[in-house]
Parts: sequence; structure tokens; C-alpha cells
Amino acid sequence: MPDDVILKVRDLYRTYEISGGMFKKGSTLTAVKGVSFDVKRGSTLAVVGESGCGKSTLARMLTMIDAQSSGSIEIDGLSMDIAKTGISKEMRQKVQIVFQNPYGSLNPRQKIGHVLEEPLLLNTDMPAAERRDLALQMLEKVGLQPEHYGRYPHMFSGGQRQRVAIARAIMLQPKLLVLDEPVSALDLSVQAQILNLLADLQDEMGLTYVFISHDLSVVRYLADKVMVMYFGEVVEYGTRDEVFENPRHDYTKTLFAATPRADAESIRKRLAAKVA
Amino acid sequence: MSLLEIRNLRIEFDTAKGPFRALDGVDYTVDAGEVLAIVGESGSGKSVAMLATMGLLPDSATITADKMDFEGKDLRTLSTRARRKVIGKDISMIFQEPIASLNPCFTVGFQLGETLKTHTSLRGRQVKDRVIELLTSVGIPDPEGRIDAFPHQMSGGQCQRVMIAMAIACAPKLLIADEPTTALDVTIQKQILDLLVQLQQDSGMGLIMITHDMGVVAETADRVIVQYKGRKMEEADVLSLFESPQNPYTQALLSALPENATGNRLPTVSDFAEAGGF
Repeated sequence: MPDDVILKVRDLYRTYEISGGMFKKGSTLTAVKGVSFDVKRGSTLAVVGESGCGKSTLARMLTMIDAQSSGSIEIDGLSMDIAKTGISKEMRQKVQIVFQNPYGSLNPRQKIGHVLEEPLLLNTDMPAAERRDLALQMLEKVGLQPEHYGRYPHMFSGGQRQRVAIARAIMLQPKLLVLDEPVSALDLSVQAQILNLLADLQDEMGLTYVFISHDLSVVRYLADKVMVMYFGEVVEYGTRDEVFENPRHDYTKTLFAATPRADAESIRKRLAAKVA
Repeated sequence: MSLLEIRNLRIEFDTAKGPFRALDGVDYTVDAGEVLAIVGESGSGKSVAMLATMGLLPDSATITADKMDFEGKDLRTLSTRARRKVIGKDISMIFQEPIASLNPCFTVGFQLGETLKTHTSLRGRQVKDRVIELLTSVGIPDPEGRIDAFPHQMSGGQCQRVMIAMAIACAPKLLIADEPTTALDVTIQKQILDLLVQLQQDSGMGLIMITHDMGVVAETADRVIVQYKGRKMEEADVLSLFESPQNPYTQALLSALPENATGNRLPTVSDFAEAGGF
């Protein structure tokens, strides 16, 4: 492969106009300020930051839910600027998203089978029987059973729903998957299962992940590269080991200091400090 | 004498499919000045046990216990009126969703004052002074200005601080915190945990932390109870729990932490379930 950079983002901005009231002037809020990065094919970029730092806005732009205000996004050689060109089916097939809340991201009135087939129905002209076969295969791939095809979302646990959401996202065989806090609503043991599933799928399908999270232990576990955002700007960007071993920006240091440590050594230190 | 002592607590809910047992014979004890963490996944019965103690469960719940004493008073036989005197004053609770726990129609100052007027003899100017004092003690900047703020004008972390202020308003002997930081950012979580531990140490009250986050347990607890599907799996002091967990479920839970990962796969609880037989 000549160029193995699959996602190329240059100088990306997103501004929102806040409309004024009778006595208030309107103002402009810049949610993402000049973000640039590259992601290699088959790797995982983790985006870290607190609420309001613009990480979800970035996800919305990468997945064409929102248009960028300026700057360029290139996914697998295809330039994305939906405000100018609109969205083509080809673009849809490049990138998909998995959201945080598996309870809110599935339509309660839609059977799981339909959830999975809908992307194919909208973006391809595959016959119904083939769509059904693909959906059944996909259920198996994400660790669910064929009999789940006709069930409704409320019959599933949170972890199972997140599996369905992942299955839906990879139905179109996308190149890039944006995961917006996919495990933060899940229990620890279920989180481990979903992270394993994501790792398996990445190996099997050569997927590239943009993984948005505020949980540093998860990020450390799965990321190749880490990008830390703060008030819409990238304050730290590097390989996982660079960022974790030698954080340069103050905010990154604060973030590391604030992350709870669950090892015996830290507990011993805390207990000693308490007695003193 | 323990501050809170509960023996063999069982809770059942009436459902269309017959009774569902949410908690199956669990004991809890907390001493004054102690931080107890109750850990478990959703459905482990960790919240329901404390809601039962507070008397906040709906009528569909059947609560039985051999013993349910707070400072030697039997909570089971207490009349509603007598219970109101204990709950909210001597035992208070904070919840997971700080913004949803506050009433959006009233200012935070009013809501804090309401607690004081119900449980203390403070009136008028004294209430206002105490509210400002409380807001200062939980680290709200410009407390005089903020008493007239509505919950939606404050951030999640600040709302949680207000909730904590409300919970400690009457100097409770026992504070129950049900996932107090789950909805908050890591940096804010740290501040709130530090604040809770600080308040607990200053006042010597008992603190029960309900959480699913092993990191929170490691940062705050003295003693830990691990629950799974309504049963107690293990009870140990915090250091021995993390250093040498005895129960297979606890071992599974700790090895599922991403920071303890070795190799490419995370062990999951189900990997241990067959071997451990829980």
C-alpha cells in the first residue's frame, strides 16, 4: 500500500453561532480550533479530554453528522466536505460510528435484524435474502446468536446492545470506525468483553479506530496514538508511550494525577498518609 | 457498638413473574469514622441495600432483616415520624445524578435552607449564614452570590458539591454516597472524592461509598464489601482486597481492569465464572 494514512485531518475548525436574545448579543463558540492529525490504517487513535473539550464535536465531523466550518478531512483518499458536496453513498461506507449510550442509540420499535439491515437497505441495492444472511453472519461475529435477529432492543442487556450497535456500524464494512465512549456506560466485566471484541474485529477486518474516551486506563490499554484535547485545541499528541511516560502539557499532567490508582502500592501510601 | 449494623438483609420485589430477590442475606456494619465501600456491577444489589436502610424503596419491596440498628435504635420498628427525624439528619445520602437530584424550580440556597429548617431550630438570617458557611466548606467559589443560583446555572461538579453540602448540613453521623462521581469528569471526580474524604475525616462520620469503580474504592475505602447478584462475595480491608483477593469473583473483577492487563486480551468475569463456580 503506497499511502497507509487512512485519515488525514488538517486545520479543522467548527464554530457554533449562539443566537442572542432581546437584550443579549449573539456570539460565536469555537468548539474545535485548528485540529490536525493523521491516523494510520489498522491503528487506534485515542482522543482524550473532559466534557466540553470538543472531542464529540470532532467525532460528529468525522462521521459526517456535522459539517466542518473550515479545514479538511480526508478518509481513505476521499475528501469530505459535506457542506459543499453533500454526502454520497461512497462516503457513508467509509466511516461509521458507535455511540456511548446503547440504551439511547437503538430504536426501541425496531427489531435487531432491521437495525442491522438498514445501512445496507439505504446504501446498497442488495436483495433482501442476502441482507438477511449478512445480518445473521454479523450477529455471530459480534458474539450474539441467530435467534436474536427477531428480538427488540429492550430484551437485551447493555453489553449486548453495545454489541448490536457495533454490528450495525460494521455492516457496511467501513474502513474507519469512530467510537464515542463505547464502554463508559458499561460494567467493568462487560467493558472487558467489549474491548476484547473490538480488538478481535480490528485484527479480522483491518479496521481503524478513532476511540474517544475519558478513561485513561482504557486508553492506555488499547491506543497506538493518543491525542489530548482541551478547550477545542490539541494540547498533546504522540504515541501512547510518549504521552503516558512523558506528558508535557499541564492539563495532561492534571489528568494523570486525577486518575484513580488501583494498585496496592498507592493504597498503602494513602493509608499511611491518613494515619499521619 | 457499630454505627450501623444490619444482619441478614433480604429484599424481594413483587414482579409479574413472582417475587424477585434483589438481595439475599447480606450483613453490613459501619463504625463511626470508617469508610466502607460496597462494590458490584449493576444488579448486584449494592444500591438497593442502602435505599432499604434509608426507607426509600417502593411498597413493592419486601424487606426482612434479623437486625437493622442505627446507633442501637431499631430502624425496622421506627414509626414514619420517628424515622424522618433520623433520615436526612443523622443518616443522609447523595446520589449519582447531581443535576437530577436537585429541584430545577428552586435556588440552591432555598433547597439547602429547607433541610436546615426541617431538621434544626435555625431560622431566618441564621439559615442564610449557615447556608453560606456550608457552600464555603464544600468549595463553591463566591458562595454569597451562588445561593441565588438555580441548578441549571451550575456545572455537574458544582451541583454535586451542593448535594454534598445538603447532605452534611445537619452534621450526619452516617453519609451514604451512591456512585457520587460516576457522571463526572476524572478531574472533577478527584476533587469530589478528596472533598468527601476530607469532610469524613474532619467530622469523624461514617461514610459508605457505593460504586462499581475499583479506582474509587482504592482511593477512598478502609474496608470493602464485594457483591454479586445480591450476595456478598468478599469482605476485606482495602489493602488485602487488592493485594490478595480471596474470592474468585473479586479476582476476576480486578483482572478485568485494563491497567492490570497482561498480553492482548482482557480476562472477563465469565472466564472465571466456570472455574470459580459463582
